[in-house]
Amino acid sequence: MIKRIQKAARSVWRFYYDGFRNMTVGRSLWILILVKVAVLLLVFKLLFFPNVLQRDYPDDTARAEAVRQSLSHPR
Amino acid sequence: MDDLMTVVDWSRWQFALTAMYHWLFVPLTIGLSLIVGIMESIYVKTGHERWKRITKFWMTLFGINFACGVATGIILEFEFGTNWSNYSWFVGDIFGAPLAIEGLFAFFLESTFVAVMFFGWNKVGKGFHLTATWLTAFGVCLSALWILVANSWMQYPAGMEFDPAQMRNVMDSFWDVVFSPVAVNKFFHTVFSGWVLGGVFVIGVSCWFMWRKRHVAMAVSSIKVAVWVGVVGILLTIWTGDGSAVVVARVQPMKLAAMEGLYHGSKGQSLVGFGVLNPLKEPGNDEPEMLFSVDIPKGLSILANHDPESFVAGIDDLIAGVSIDANGDTINTVSYAERIARGKASHEALRRFDEAMAQGDTAAMDAARADIKKDFPYFGYGYYDDPKDLVPPVGVTFYFFRVMVILGGFLFVWLVGMWFAAYRKPTALENKWICWLGILSIALVWICSEAGWIVAEVGRQPWVIQDLMPTRAAISEVQSGSVIATFWMFAAVFTAMLIAEASIMLRYIGKVTKSNDEF
Repeated sequence: MIKRIQKAARSVWRFYYDGFRNMTVGRSLWILILVKVAVLLLVFKLLFFPNVLQRDYPDDTARAEAVRQSLSHPR
Repeated sequence: MDDLMTVVDWSRWQFALTAMYHWLFVPLTIGLSLIVGIMESIYVKTGHERWKRITKFWMTLFGINFACGVATGIILEFEFGTNWSNYSWFVGDIFGAPLAIEGLFAFFLESTFVAVMFFGWNKVGKGFHLTATWLTAFGVCLSALWILVANSWMQYPAGMEFDPAQMRNVMDSFWDVVFSPVAVNKFFHTVFSGWVLGGVFVIGVSCWFMWRKRHVAMAVSSIKVAVWVGVVGILLTIWTGDGSAVVVARVQPMKLAAMEGLYHGSKGQSLVGFGVLNPLKEPGNDEPEMLFSVDIPKGLSILANHDPESFVAGIDDLIAGVSIDANGDTINTVSYAERIARGKASHEALRRFDEAMAQGDTAAMDAARADIKKDFPYFGYGYYDDPKDLVPPVGVTFYFFRVMVILGGFLFVWLVGMWFAAYRKPTALENKWICWLGILSIALVWICSEAGWIVAEVGRQPWVIQDLMPTRAAISEVQSGSVIATFWMFAAVFTAMLIAEASIMLRYIGKVTKSNDEF
């Protein structure tokens, strides 16, 4: 059973490894994807886009209270 | 207040920018995945190697588009948490459930089988590969379904109950959310319009090959597949577009009135084919609605109710409380002044609930909860004092609706014409003007598609959730400066990425154009 799983895992690894190695257009695309994901997740998400309610309030009760205050006392 | 509106406006611009950028990729993914599936099916059925090469060419363009579109939608979720935190909390699991299904199931399905599509040639059997291609196309549609279900709920909130203790809407019927009339219609309208876009794209790129007199046989074969997808797509888009008009007339009549620049409705209401709005016209004044217009008699009554003699309400009618019911009959409903009063009453009840909760007074909480529930359908109106503020931007909605319809009309004629050219008079495909029109139509179909979303989203303003939450209440307590700064950062990054992505696609098409490999 374990050997069979190992064999299947090796086949899947080989499938992807060969696929990526033989790419032509795909190399530029992967660079683009990696740069994009890095910019979006590491720069934008971490530095500029915090979840405001999660950052400012400790639990769901406090978050609900904050939203209730905000929505029932319009600015 | 000024800073609040600056935050709201810039947050909206930021969301619009990211959503429109995301939407550049989605419809092409939907349309091309279907076309590639059909082409590969022809290859598997006929066994002709040229169909395999044709399939691989379009599949590569599909892959470029798919890769470029990956992760562009994630940004919208960032913005929910940062700029729209009140909204994110208020929608609760209604928005979260469809998006979670999308993330866990549909995207997983897509991503898995995309790998088989690209890496699986010569490694898996023809049948398995074809199945992977079709499952990718299915996964793409499934992804779209859940996103559109979430969007539709914002246009027509259904299947939920508001819980003031959690300050969230709690889903009480998943099926009411998924099968709301707005969701069903929006899903099919969007998918079919994706087929149109995919068809026009394939025809346009093929026209490029025809114009350069390169790989002509491949281009003609591709056009023959694409025109079928395009013609079927445009007919079904028109059909579901008609369904959208009926649904909008029932659930968002103010949006329909704004789409038409209609202030005073009537029975047998005409449709503005083309016209120029009077910039001095405002709700309640006596200025004429249009400076100039070409009307289609009884057109709007037919469009909205499928009845040429039926009544269609205008903006002033709706503010006064005159509308139509689910059967299209004229009814006196709640005026906007009363909606505002009832919205404020529900806010007052929410404040009482808050005080009772702080004191642990469960009887007072129950009483307040009942009062909130009574007026909750008008909760969002409580944020306004003047009914005029509840009218969407008429100019944007009106003109972009015409952009969508006129370009849609052009695309119908173009696709039917190309169908006849491809199957009845193939020599016409070599005409350089037809080739150029084909290339130009690629830009036009995207403008048409984006215009449709502008009508849908601007037309429902000021609501982020129809009748329940206006954009100004949905916003977080963030500084306008940070929203403006991130807007320009997004604009710069997106522009750079779009240039990079378009250049990869164009370079590939250019490379194939020059190549002597046989198709």
